[in-house]
Amino acid sequence: MTLWRTLTNGFYTENPIFRISLGMCPFLALSTSVQNAIGMGAAATFVLVWSNAAISALRNVIPDKIRIPCYIVFIATFVSLVDMVMAAYAPPLHKALGIYIPLIVVNCIILGRAEAFANKNTVAASLMDGIGMGIGFTLAMALMATIRELLGNGTWYGVNILGRDFANQPVLIAILPPGAFILMGFVLGGFAIIDRRKGRAA
Amino acid sequence: MSPAILISSIVSSGSTGGGSGFAQIMGLVIGGILINNFVLSRFLGICPFLGVSKQLDSAVGMGAAVVFVMAMAGTMCFALWELLLVPLGLQYLSTIVFILVIAALVQLVEMILLKYSPALYKALGIYLPLITTNCAVLGVAVINKDAGYDLLHSVVNAVAGALGFCLALILMAGLRERLEYSDVPAALRGKPITFILAGVMSIAFLGFAGLGV
Repeated sequence: MTLWRTLTNGFYTENPIFRISLGMCPFLALSTSVQNAIGMGAAATFVLVWSNAAISALRNVIPDKIRIPCYIVFIATFVSLVDMVMAAYAPPLHKALGIYIPLIVVNCIILGRAEAFANKNTVAASLMDGIGMGIGFTLAMALMATIRELLGNGTWYGVNILGRDFANQPVLIAILPPGAFILMGFVLGGFAIIDRRKGRAA
Repeated sequence: MSPAILISSIVSSGSTGGGSGFAQIMGLVIGGILINNFVLSRFLGICPFLGVSKQLDSAVGMGAAVVFVMAMAGTMCFALWELLLVPLGLQYLSTIVFILVIAALVQLVEMILLKYSPALYKALGIYLPLITTNCAVLGVAVINKDAGYDLLHSVVNAVAGALGFCLALILMAGLRERLEYSDVPAALRGKPITFILAGVMSIAFLGFAGLGV
C-alpha cells in the first residue's frame, strides 16, 4: 500500500468514527459546536500522529508482553503535553473541552491504531496513518457538529446562519445529550443507505 | 429561558450544590446515578455500553466489574493525588499517574479474582482487561480531582457513577434483547438503531434534571 493510500484510508473507507466506531465518547460529547469539534479533532490528531510515530520507531525495542502499558505511557505523555500547551495558549478552548482532554488517553482510536498499525509498520507509514485517521476523526466530528450546531443553535462556527427567528426557537434537543445519540443513529443509517446504493451499482 | 442557560443548568455538574453532610452525599448519589448519568449525559464509557449490551448476563457481569474497579480507582487516585502528587508539586503528571494506577489496578483485580474466586473470574474474565480503556474510570478520577472532593466524596462519587453506568448498561441490554424480535427498517439495523435507542433513554434520564438536587 502506498503512503498516499495509507493517508486517505482514514478519511472514508476506514473512518474511525463511522466505520470502526472507535472514540465515541469525545465524539458524542463535544460535537455540540463546530469550534469544540475542531479543537478536539486537532488535539486528538496531534496525539495520534506522535504516539504512532514514537511507537513505530520503538517497535523493535518494546517487549511484546508489556507493550500495552508502554503504549499507554507514550500516549499519556503526549496528552499531558497537549493539555499543558492548550491551557497556556488557548484557555477558553481548554475550558470548553474540559475532562475530555485527559480522556484522550483512553480514546480507543489511538490505542487501536498503535496496536493495529504502528507496531507493524515503518515510521513514515505510521505518521501517514496517524494523520489520515486524525483527519478522518476531525472530519467526522465537524460533520456531526455542523448538524447539531445548525439545528440546536441556528449557527455554524458561532455565526448565525438560519436567521434570528430560528435562533430564538431552535431544535434544542440537537445539542442536548439525547440529540447526539439520535442524530448519530440517523447519520449511521444514512451511511448504510449510501453503502447499499454503491453495492447495487457495482 | 434561553437555550444556553437551560443547557448549562442541565449539563453542568451541579450535583454538589446545596446542603452539607448527608444531603450533599445524597446529592452526589442521585446526581451520579440519575441526573448526570455517566453514560447517557456525560458520554463516558460509551464503548463498553455499546459493545457489551447485547446480552443481559454479560451486561450484569461487566457492570459489577466496573463498580468494583471504579470504587478502587476513585480511592487510589485520590490517595496518590493528595499524598504524592500535590506535596511533590507534580500535578501535571496526574494523567499519566492515574492511567497507570488504573491499568495496574485492573491487573491486580484480575490476579486476585483468579486466585480467590475462579468462578467470578471466569464470569467476568474477558471484560476485566477492557475496563482499563473504559473512560468512565479515568473520567471519575479526573472529575474528583477537578472538583477537589475529599476521600468520602471521591468514593461516593465513583460508586454512584459506576452504579449509573451499571443501570444504563443493564437497561440497554434488556432493551436490545427485545430488539432482536422487532422489525427495524433495513438501513437502521444494528448500530444505528442502538444509538437511537440510547437517545430515547437519554431523553428519559433528562427528565431527572427536574429533581434539582
